[in-house]
Amino acid sequence: MTVMTYRDALNAALREEMRRDDRVFLMGEEVAVYQGAYKVSKGLLQEFGEMRVVDTPITELGFAGVGVGAAMVGLRPIIEFMTWNFALLALDQVVNAAAKMLYMSGGQFAMPMVFRGPNGAALQLGAQHSQAWESWLAHIPGLKVVAPGTPADAKGLLKAAVRDDNPVIVLEGEMLYNMKGEVPDGDHVIPLGVAEVKRVGEHVSLISYGKMVNVALQAADALARDGVHAEVLDLRTLRPMDVPAIVATVRKTNRCVVVEEGWELCGLGAQVADYVQREAFDWLDAPVLRVHQAEAPMPYARTLEKHAKPDVAKTVAAARKVLYLD
Amino acid sequence: MMARKKPDAASAALNRELLHSMLLQRRFEERTAEAYALGKIGGFCHLYIGQEAVSTGSLSQLRPDDYVITTYRDHGQALARGMTPRAVMAELFGRSDGCARGKGGSMHMFDKQLGFLGGHGIVGGHIPIATGVGFAIKYRGGDQVCVCFFGEAAINNGAFHEAANMAALWKLPVIYVIENNRYGMGTAIERASAINDIYERAQSYDMARDVVDGQDVFAVREAIGKAVQRARADSMPTLLEVRTYRFMGHSMSDAVSGTYRTKDELEEYLKRDPIALLRSRMEEAGEISADEIAAMDAEVKAVVQDALDFADASPELPLEALWENVLVDTTSDAGAMPARAG
Repeated sequence: MTVMTYRDALNAALREEMRRDDRVFLMGEEVAVYQGAYKVSKGLLQEFGEMRVVDTPITELGFAGVGVGAAMVGLRPIIEFMTWNFALLALDQVVNAAAKMLYMSGGQFAMPMVFRGPNGAALQLGAQHSQAWESWLAHIPGLKVVAPGTPADAKGLLKAAVRDDNPVIVLEGEMLYNMKGEVPDGDHVIPLGVAEVKRVGEHVSLISYGKMVNVALQAADALARDGVHAEVLDLRTLRPMDVPAIVATVRKTNRCVVVEEGWELCGLGAQVADYVQREAFDWLDAPVLRVHQAEAPMPYARTLEKHAKPDVAKTVAAARKVLYLD
Repeated sequence: MMARKKPDAASAALNRELLHSMLLQRRFEERTAEAYALGKIGGFCHLYIGQEAVSTGSLSQLRPDDYVITTYRDHGQALARGMTPRAVMAELFGRSDGCARGKGGSMHMFDKQLGFLGGHGIVGGHIPIATGVGFAIKYRGGDQVCVCFFGEAAINNGAFHEAANMAALWKLPVIYVIENNRYGMGTAIERASAINDIYERAQSYDMARDVVDGQDVFAVREAIGKAVQRARADSMPTLLEVRTYRFMGHSMSDAVSGTYRTKDELEEYLKRDPIALLRSRMEEAGEISADEIAAMDAEVKAVVQDALDFADASPELPLEALWENVLVDTTSDAGAMPARAG
C-alpha cells in the first residue's frame, strides 16, 4: 500500500495504462502543456509526447467525436472533460455515437474508450459549474458509468475503464483530487459492476457512490457515537449497478438511506429505491429515504449552497428517521 | 478526361464500371421506394436518386483500406463502396442478413471490412468522427484517407466547424465532401446559409477547397482524386463542395416537389441526370452501344430483384437479439496497434 492523493492515483492509472498499450491516448482541454486543469495529467506529455497527450481547442463536441472516430478504427481514447458541466455540449457524441455504435452496426464497431472528468459541485462555483449528471449518463444503455470515491477506487476503476472494450464514463470530483488514501501497489484493477461495503454495520444501510461515499462514512461515524451501526455500501459502478449487493445490505439491516449528489426527481437514488422495493420489500422496516441536492439550481451564496447540498447532518437525520429515533 | 475520339480500352472499361455502379444505385432505390410503399421497409427512408455521380465518382478513387463515413442518405454510398445489394436490402427489410443485422436500418449501414463507418442520423454529428478517423490514421503513421459525406445544411452546424478546425490544425488526411443538393429537408440553402459558395467556408481554416459539378462523374472523380492525393501524400484535409440535386423528396414521406421547390425547377434539374449524362458521353465516344446499355440495365435489374428476394427470405431477428450488441463482454489485453480496423 502507498498513500497518495486521488489525483496521483488517477495519474498513475493513466501512466500505467499508456505504458501498457500504445493504442491508449489522452485528449482534452489543457491536458498536455498545462499539465491538466486539475493536474491529473501531470508529466504525461513529457513521457508520452504530443501525439498521445493531446491538447484540444475548446470544442467538447468536436474532440469527443474525434475520440469516437479514433475508437472506431482501433485506438483506445481517453477523453478528458475539464468538468462534466462542459460535457453537455458533447452529449451527442457520448449518447448518439459512442453508446450506440456497437448496437446500430450489428456488433461490428466496439467503442473502447473512456470519457472522464470531475462531476458535481465543488465550492461556490455557481449554477453552471456545480451539476451532477450521473443519472443522465447511467440512463443510457451502451455505456458503463463509474464514480470512484477514494484514491484506491480511482486508480482501480480507471484502469478497468481503459481496458474495457465499451465506452466507460468516469465521474471524478473536484473536491476529491486532494484526498489522500491508501492505494494497493502493483497492477490494481477493480472489476466494473462490483460494489463494496466500505463499513460494516447492522442497523441501517447508507448506500452511496463517488464523493458522497465520504459523506456517508462521516455520517456513520456520527451515528456510531449514538450507538447506531450504519453499513456503508459504495456502489462504485452506477451502470451496470450491483443489485445483489444492494439487496444483501438492505436484507441485513432492514433500513435504507441513499446518499446521492444530484437532484431528487429521477435521481440515482430513485433507481436504488426501486431495486430495494422489488427485491427486499418484505425486509424493510421503514420507507427508503434519499439525501440529495435541493431542487434548485446551485446558488453561489455560501449559506444557500450549504443548504442545497446533501451533507453529513442531513444523512444522519435521514438515518435516524428510518430508525424511528426522532 | 473524356476523349471524344477513338475509344481508349482502359478508360472505356473504367467508364463502364462507373455507369454500372450508378445504374445499380438507381435501380436499387427505385425498387426500394416500391418496397417501402408495400410496407416491407419501415421508418425513415431517404433516397439518393439524382446524386449517384457523387458516390460513384468519389469512392471509385479510394483504396480498399481507406475509410468512408456518411449521413442517413447512405444506400447509394454503401453500394458504391462495394456492399452487396443483398446486404443493403436485407438491412432495409430489418432482417438477420442485413449489413448491420437488421439493427441499423436505412440510416445506419455499416461494413467494417469495407471501412464503411456508417450512415449517421444526427446532422453534422459524424463530421467530428471523420476527423477522429483522420487522427487515428496519423497516429498510426498510415497513408489511408477518410472521405466524409454530408449535406450542405450540415455546414451551418457547430460540429462541422469544430471538426474542420481540428483537421486543419492537426493536418489530418480527411476529405470533407459537401453534397450540396440545395435543400436541407425543405429549407433552401439561400434561406439557411449566409454565404452560398459554401466551399469558401474552408478559408476560415486555411483548408484546401474546391467546388465541382456533382452531376458529372468525371468532374467529381478528378476533384476527389486531387483531394485524395493531398490527403495521402501530404496528410492535408480538403473541403470539396459537390453541387448536385436530389430527384426525390427529402424522405419517403415528402412530396417530390410542392411547398419548397417547384415542378419547373425539378424538371430543369432532371435534364442533368448524372446517369443519362454519362451514358450519352459514352455513346458519343463510341464506348458503348444501345444494346450493351440495355443488357447492362437488364443485368442490374436482375441483381436488384435477387436482392429483394434474398431480403424477403432472410429470417426475422430472434427476440433475444434485442439484448445482443448493447455491450461487448471483452476487455483488452495489450496488443499491437492494428494497421486498420478489422
